[in-house]
Amino acid sequence: MFGKLSWSAIPINEPIDMIASGLMILAVLGVLAWVTVKGYWPYLWREWLTSVDHKRIGVMYVVLALVMLLRGFTDAVMMRLQQAVSVGPDAGYLPPEHYNQIFSAHGTIMIFFMAMPFVIGLMNFAVPLQLGIRDVAFPTLNSVSLWLTASGILLTNLSLVVGEFARTGWLAYPPLSELKYSPGVGVDYYLWALQISGVGTLLSGINLATTILKMRAPGMSYMRMPVFCWTALASNLLIIAAFPVLTATFAMLLLDRYLGMHFFTADGDGNPMMYVNLIWVWGHPEVYILILPCFGVFSEVVSTFSGKPLFGYRSMVAATMAICILSFIVWLHHFFTMGAGANVNGFFGVMTMIIAVPTGVKVYNWLFTMYGGRVRFNAPILWSVGFMVTFVIGGMTGVLLAVPPADFILHNSLFLIAHFHNVIIGGVVFGVLAGYMYWFPKAFGFTLDEGWGKVSFWCWFVGFYLAFMPLYYLGMLGMTRRLQHYDNPGWQPWLIVAAVGVAFILAGILALIIQLVVSMRTRERRRDRTGDPWQGRTLEWSTSSPPPAWNFAVLPQVEREDAYWHMKRRAREERAAAAEALAYEPIHMPLNSPTGFVTAFFAVVTGFALIWHIWWLVILGLVGALITTLVFAWRDESEFEIAAEELAQVDRAHQQAYWAGDTP
Amino acid sequence: MTATTTATTLGGHEPPHTHHGMPASASAAGPAPKRIIIAYGFWLFLLSDIVMFSAFFATFAVLGKATAGGPTGAELFDARNVAVETALLLFSSFSCGMMSLAMDARHRGTFYLGAAITFILGLGFLVLEMREFANMVARGATADRSAFLSGFFTLVGCHGAHVAVGLLWLGVMVAQVADKGWRATVLHRLMCFSLFWHALDIIWVALFTIVYLMGVR
Repeated sequence: MFGKLSWSAIPINEPIDMIASGLMILAVLGVLAWVTVKGYWPYLWREWLTSVDHKRIGVMYVVLALVMLLRGFTDAVMMRLQQAVSVGPDAGYLPPEHYNQIFSAHGTIMIFFMAMPFVIGLMNFAVPLQLGIRDVAFPTLNSVSLWLTASGILLTNLSLVVGEFARTGWLAYPPLSELKYSPGVGVDYYLWALQISGVGTLLSGINLATTILKMRAPGMSYMRMPVFCWTALASNLLIIAAFPVLTATFAMLLLDRYLGMHFFTADGDGNPMMYVNLIWVWGHPEVYILILPCFGVFSEVVSTFSGKPLFGYRSMVAATMAICILSFIVWLHHFFTMGAGANVNGFFGVMTMIIAVPTGVKVYNWLFTMYGGRVRFNAPILWSVGFMVTFVIGGMTGVLLAVPPADFILHNSLFLIAHFHNVIIGGVVFGVLAGYMYWFPKAFGFTLDEGWGKVSFWCWFVGFYLAFMPLYYLGMLGMTRRLQHYDNPGWQPWLIVAAVGVAFILAGILALIIQLVVSMRTRERRRDRTGDPWQGRTLEWSTSSPPPAWNFAVLPQVEREDAYWHMKRRAREERAAAAEALAYEPIHMPLNSPTGFVTAFFAVVTGFALIWHIWWLVILGLVGALITTLVFAWRDESEFEIAAEELAQVDRAHQQAYWAGDTP
Repeated sequence: MTATTTATTLGGHEPPHTHHGMPASASAAGPAPKRIIIAYGFWLFLLSDIVMFSAFFATFAVLGKATAGGPTGAELFDARNVAVETALLLFSSFSCGMMSLAMDARHRGTFYLGAAITFILGLGFLVLEMREFANMVARGATADRSAFLSGFFTLVGCHGAHVAVGLLWLGVMVAQVADKGWRATVLHRLMCFSLFWHALDIIWVALFTIVYLMGVR
């Protein structure tokens, strides 16, 4: 009846597990109870859970990412504490099988459920606004994408309470991840959670790429798009080209595990290295899927806070697209040790070094943008400058690893760990946090507290260097990754320094939370009434904060890059271009739909049933999803009209507020 | 914001704008009409689907000779059966094309006929494929016998699953035409369906070549 599921799946004998899951359940119940007591359910359901508004979907992605940042960071703290103490006779406080689950969960959560939702959330929020349009190409599909991502997150966290998570590392290499060596449900949780959220990501990529390529405001030719839109385009094209490979690869591992096939097994003529190749054909583009939009954020932030157009716009676009293509021909550098031979390794080594060139172009462009500018050192630009310094170091250690003979020494060591945290924290995390602080006033209509933002930056910045520079050194000393215990007492001082670094990062995260609370408490006096708190250059700043559901009452006419900057200048010269001159016409907006939420519910049911081999529930879940699709296909109303008078009223109010706040 | 609106031959739901007397280019026109957006998005989906297939193709190419002492392609494949399957699928694409023409002419009777022929041919293809699979299983050539057979059943089965989903979709679309008529959303979905059905042909041609022709050498 319940497949492999029984009461023994609850880890009642493992105190750390039980405390963690207990706290998680209490937190979730607490939130649910609070929402119920306050009577927020109808509002939540109407305005958020069923929303197909790209801005709200973007915000919900970011909320998911921030919550998962806490979860993934908790894993990081546990690992650093374990390694700080588990030397020689001391075994530490985490048993090996638990430690293995923690490093697997940390990587999986941070990449798939923290970085990805954060980046996709920012793209969802900002891209349509920057393009000067009212929504993405497929609004309901957008909601489906969000909730499928949430389904994957739910399944991953469920593994903490019911069953176990993978102990195989974040990419689940076979043959370790095959049924023979991982007979538990951990790998199945991993695979199904990522399959479901992967479908969501793919749909999101198709949606945003179509939006950018086919739905720009009148006059916005490609070479007038903000750089963030360019990087989002590159990132979404990479999603379309890379995520199907991930789906296929995981499907084959699942077939190995469920139907006894021999794709990647050690017997039956299977080929485990096939998996490693395929997963990195996805995995290397994946790191660019994450970093490219962050490059876009930095471009916007550096240009805005320097009060200058971006230096070398065209070279920035060219560099972005060059990285987009090159990212597909470097995958083998993740396993030079496979033994593909000198020529193959040489080719991939050289390609990897070449990809540093367009990245270098970007760094110089940002530097030259700031050069001669009147730079305002708000929090977003601190993240950007911190990024430039940190990312260059990470990039150089990457070029070092691209040299195959050096890689043979450093492969699988802590040097590698330090390298990719250097580029992912210094690049992606700094990038999404810069984007968060940059676009927050646009999303909510009030600015974030600058002081706490700066405290957070400095804690993260110092914490990063303390936590990861020792790992470079330890890697050179020969310490490999994923060690639950080690015998060399000479390593311990460095690992203690790394643990101290994590304490700094914890302070940085706490500062982020305090910043949010303080800003919400004082939001009345930090209202952004003009819609343009940073003297922005792109179209998202031309509408009110927060923007109305339709973003723009009349689609803006774009005549050059940095469209809004030039509109403002022109409008100052001829104030006659006030709102009265605009001809408002009624518009149609998509209706909210529970399709995404309900589909995700059935996805969770199906995924859970597949993990535990409850076949009747699998069928039930699939039929439920099909019926949901049919109900959606049969609906008669998909849009509603907004009257011209309403548009005019809201828009004119915004124009008045803007000119009232504009006292040069 | 003083753009003048002019009617041009570009068409679409939202009229393109011109300014400074310049002719309206595609990007000057603003967001594309809905039909274009939907078709474009669906093309991107099809491309992603083809990328997924390419991963299975690559795997099959690597594992094609990894038979672990079990049966090989040359021993298992029946060229005549595959030829009939191919014919059924290609003709179903032809009838799918007829169906699209009937849709453009808003001619229900011909549309239902085209849909029925497409459905029957697609179903025939699936029946033959299932029979082929059953024969192989009966001879001990199961998916868990060797890496080669894992690759074979997964690649060919994935295409078959797509055909099955296509049949379900076709049935739903016929019901939608019957219930909702030639509504814009229905027309868009039928357009996507026909793109999907033709894409399955393209994949089958590659599959026929790589699995059944090159696989028996």
